[in-house]
Amino acid sequence: MSYTKPVFHHPHLTKNELGYTKKDYEGSLSTLCAGCGHDSISAAIVEACFELNIEPHRVAKLSGIGCSSKTPAYFLNNSHGFNSVHGRMPSIATGANLANRDLIYLGVSGDGDTASIGMGQFCHVIRRNLNMIYVVMNNGCYGLTKGQDSATADKGSKAKAGNVNPYEGIDLCGLAIELGATFVAQSFSGDKSQLIPILKAAMSHKGFALVNVISPCVTFNNNVGSTKSYDYVREHNESLGRVDFVPLGEEITTQYEAGEVKEVKLHNGSEVLFHKLRQDFDPENKIEVINALQKARSQNEILTGILYLDNSGVELNDLLNTTEVPLNQLSEKELCPGSAVLSEINQGYR
Amino acid sequence: MIWGKIMWITKLQCLLLLTCAKMEQLWIINYTCMERTNVNNPEYYHKVVDCQYACPAHTPVPEYIRLIAAGKYTEAYMVNWESNVFPGVLGRTCDRPCEPACRRGRVEEEPVAICRLKRVAADHKSSIQHLLPSIPEQKNGKRVALVGGGPASLTVARDLAPLGYEIDLYDDQMKGGGMMRSQIPSFRLPAEVLDEEVDQILNLGISAHFNTRVNSLRDLMAKGYDAVFVGTGAPKGKDLEIPGRHDAGANIHIGIQWLASVAFEHIHQIGKKVIVLGGGNTAMDCCRTARRLGGEQVKVVVRSPFAEMKASPWEKEDAMHEDIPIIDNHVPKSFVVENGKLKGVMFEKVSPVYEDGKRKLKPTGEPDVLIEADDVLIAIGQENTFPWIERDLGLEFDQWGMPIINPHNFASTVKGVFFGGDAALGPKNIITAVAQGHEAAISIDLYCQGKDLNERLEPRTKLQSTKMGIHEWSYDNYVAADLRYAVPQADKSETLRDRKKEVELGFDLKTAFKEAQRCFNCDVQTVFADDKCIECDACMDICPTSCITFTYNEEDEAALRQKLLVPALNLEQDLLVSGPLKTGKVMVKDEDVCLHCGLCAERCPTAAWDMQKYLYNTAKAGHHCYV
Repeated sequence: MSYTKPVFHHPHLTKNELGYTKKDYEGSLSTLCAGCGHDSISAAIVEACFELNIEPHRVAKLSGIGCSSKTPAYFLNNSHGFNSVHGRMPSIATGANLANRDLIYLGVSGDGDTASIGMGQFCHVIRRNLNMIYVVMNNGCYGLTKGQDSATADKGSKAKAGNVNPYEGIDLCGLAIELGATFVAQSFSGDKSQLIPILKAAMSHKGFALVNVISPCVTFNNNVGSTKSYDYVREHNESLGRVDFVPLGEEITTQYEAGEVKEVKLHNGSEVLFHKLRQDFDPENKIEVINALQKARSQNEILTGILYLDNSGVELNDLLNTTEVPLNQLSEKELCPGSAVLSEINQGYR
Repeated sequence: MIWGKIMWITKLQCLLLLTCAKMEQLWIINYTCMERTNVNNPEYYHKVVDCQYACPAHTPVPEYIRLIAAGKYTEAYMVNWESNVFPGVLGRTCDRPCEPACRRGRVEEEPVAICRLKRVAADHKSSIQHLLPSIPEQKNGKRVALVGGGPASLTVARDLAPLGYEIDLYDDQMKGGGMMRSQIPSFRLPAEVLDEEVDQILNLGISAHFNTRVNSLRDLMAKGYDAVFVGTGAPKGKDLEIPGRHDAGANIHIGIQWLASVAFEHIHQIGKKVIVLGGGNTAMDCCRTARRLGGEQVKVVVRSPFAEMKASPWEKEDAMHEDIPIIDNHVPKSFVVENGKLKGVMFEKVSPVYEDGKRKLKPTGEPDVLIEADDVLIAIGQENTFPWIERDLGLEFDQWGMPIINPHNFASTVKGVFFGGDAALGPKNIITAVAQGHEAAISIDLYCQGKDLNERLEPRTKLQSTKMGIHEWSYDNYVAADLRYAVPQADKSETLRDRKKEVELGFDLKTAFKEAQRCFNCDVQTVFADDKCIECDACMDICPTSCITFTYNEEDEAALRQKLLVPALNLEQDLLVSGPLKTGKVMVKDEDVCLHCGLCAERCPTAAWDMQKYLYNTAKAGHHCYV
């Protein structure tokens, strides 16, 4: 068994604008099971950061507990990282974000870490519109404890041992839209051509971005009858159409016929192009999106793509009017302005 | 519009009949997507083993390197001996076409020191007597004559003796080995090493007739041999006919003849100032030998630019290490003789000009240069010569005096007369002579058994999984990052004093192990089973050298090569293409820089990838198997 990756890489790897190759965004050798969907998501994150020319030191990786939450060790080895308590990743992300709004906060969580033990934290971080990317590696089971059904397992889904899940599954995307998330996407670990542009758009979105990725557990939940297996997801994947991410400064050169493409501008000037949109679907119309989600659910379809995008939201730092300058760059004088200022503040409450 | 439809249909990989009304012709468009690679062709996986594929004798290099790493030197020697017959000799003197081909050279800077690892096997083996083929006491009734005692003839002898042939070997030298003895100096190849490997063959019951020159092929054939093999090499050194050549003949020598005279101890010294003309490996041997025979100011002067000299880079380095300057871009114009004594050589200075890919040496216009010399050695090439073959035997020669030889079965135009080595297709090197010897032996055997010479024997191949457990392999798949280790050399002050003192000391066993670990094990193949793949992308994500891509197939290979993760631009390296998978995509692997690290197989949840060791042995006469 190999514990390290060979140091060699392809001699003709392309470099991005920063002069980095994809190798520079990789992490250590994964210890997850062979064929785990999470590894594909890690690879997609590597690719997205490479293509967005993100300097690795500008990213903070945050995670909770679980198979999914181990993955930050397997990508972006040159970024900051915090492996927190089970289900408490949003709190750490909130604290870090308020202290330094310059970094890109990439939270990685699983279905247990999010929809069970971390459900409360998940709901509140969405309400507050914290500026972060929240990736859920959703395999519908507790892989780290031998595959029990998780809260996102669909009703009727069959586990490896044969038991059928009697409970309703939580739809994280529907819930997030309900709670006011400003960017909600759903994708599949086995379809990088869709996942990578979604991640790039999420990283460019200002505000809370949920990316729920169905990620088959090859060891415990890839059997016939499971609704989160490679085969099932491929068969029931109802894509909303291709999503293209166009970074700031790049021109859209292709001509599209009217109604074929919808362009949405993000805060940082980059654009998301929605191709072949369905007639009944507008990603900026919450009611239509909720309808589409419910309809897909009733037809056993998994809706994938960027489901909802709201550019009008105000992210938490702006709401609270926090400092633009990271706390670690402020001097003692600014952080402790003295008793005169304190009494002035106190005076304001009298 | 019809074209659009056709393109779509053709994506389904079909044979399409299309009537072109305008031209009233029936066109048959055989449209194919890239088809699934046929890995049952024994040459597909063979080609992946770059070193073995590049070796004229196709020695299974990674196989013996693994044995060396395991300390099994005798076994490693025998793998070599079966294939190249002279592991100890070649481990010191081979032209090593394997090394420029080594995949390691495409991933980091330097290839594995394959040649010198071979020497490790030869130096550290134990007795191999019990492993040598047994010679049948009951002969098969066929007699074969071998003319010349060099590597080609000895290979034929080795291959035919175990089959029961009676073999007579004729050579005009006092001992066997041919040019390996007469042209390769002892400081590169000690006589004991050569003796051992020549005797190993002669002891297989070969009747050797040394100091016996064959002066007539007709007389030889009259002795009733069933077949004759000619392995007489390229024994004639080229002369340089420029003014003054014959005025001071005593101090102007033909390189290979001079080397032979040194080897057989007819010459013991040379002047203090020596010029060696020529830029090949013989020139390097000449200048280094001259340094050991009293030459103090030895210079190599060559017409071509330094970088384009024929000599191997390491031979040039060794010469320069012995304080021998190499002066390039100098064309000899005349030998300068004063009072009947050689004074030196006059050179014209030139510079290379490249027109239409061809090189021309144009005079620079600078004044000619006189380089003084007491002796001059001419090493500008060698030629074949066949004065002993009567021209009325029906053995046809071409306009350059070379016999007409079939390059596949090495038959001449006279039935039963075969050629091999430098005598067959012109001067090359030892390993090529060995490879040709094997083929000629197969032909002689087929001929003597009354079979068709063109029904060549298939190679022996074996593809076997190395899987030992879930993520365990029977080969060491760790990829060492070590850079190439240098072979230690004896001190110059010692080696220049003694012509017979070997310069290279060979790897010590610890270094040999580390060098052996640099081998990627390219013979452990990445074997892909389409039907097991669930397209999870794990192999594509993990591959450290980005060799694997899952993508939609293309009509032609060039387009497919372009759309891989890293475009496959090295056209000499093949693509491994799977059949269509469940999603309609195919798996494409570019073999170019695969590290054979096995990570694709370790990360595969369904064992669609397996690491399987591929052993490829070229056929030997009579399908004889030595190891």
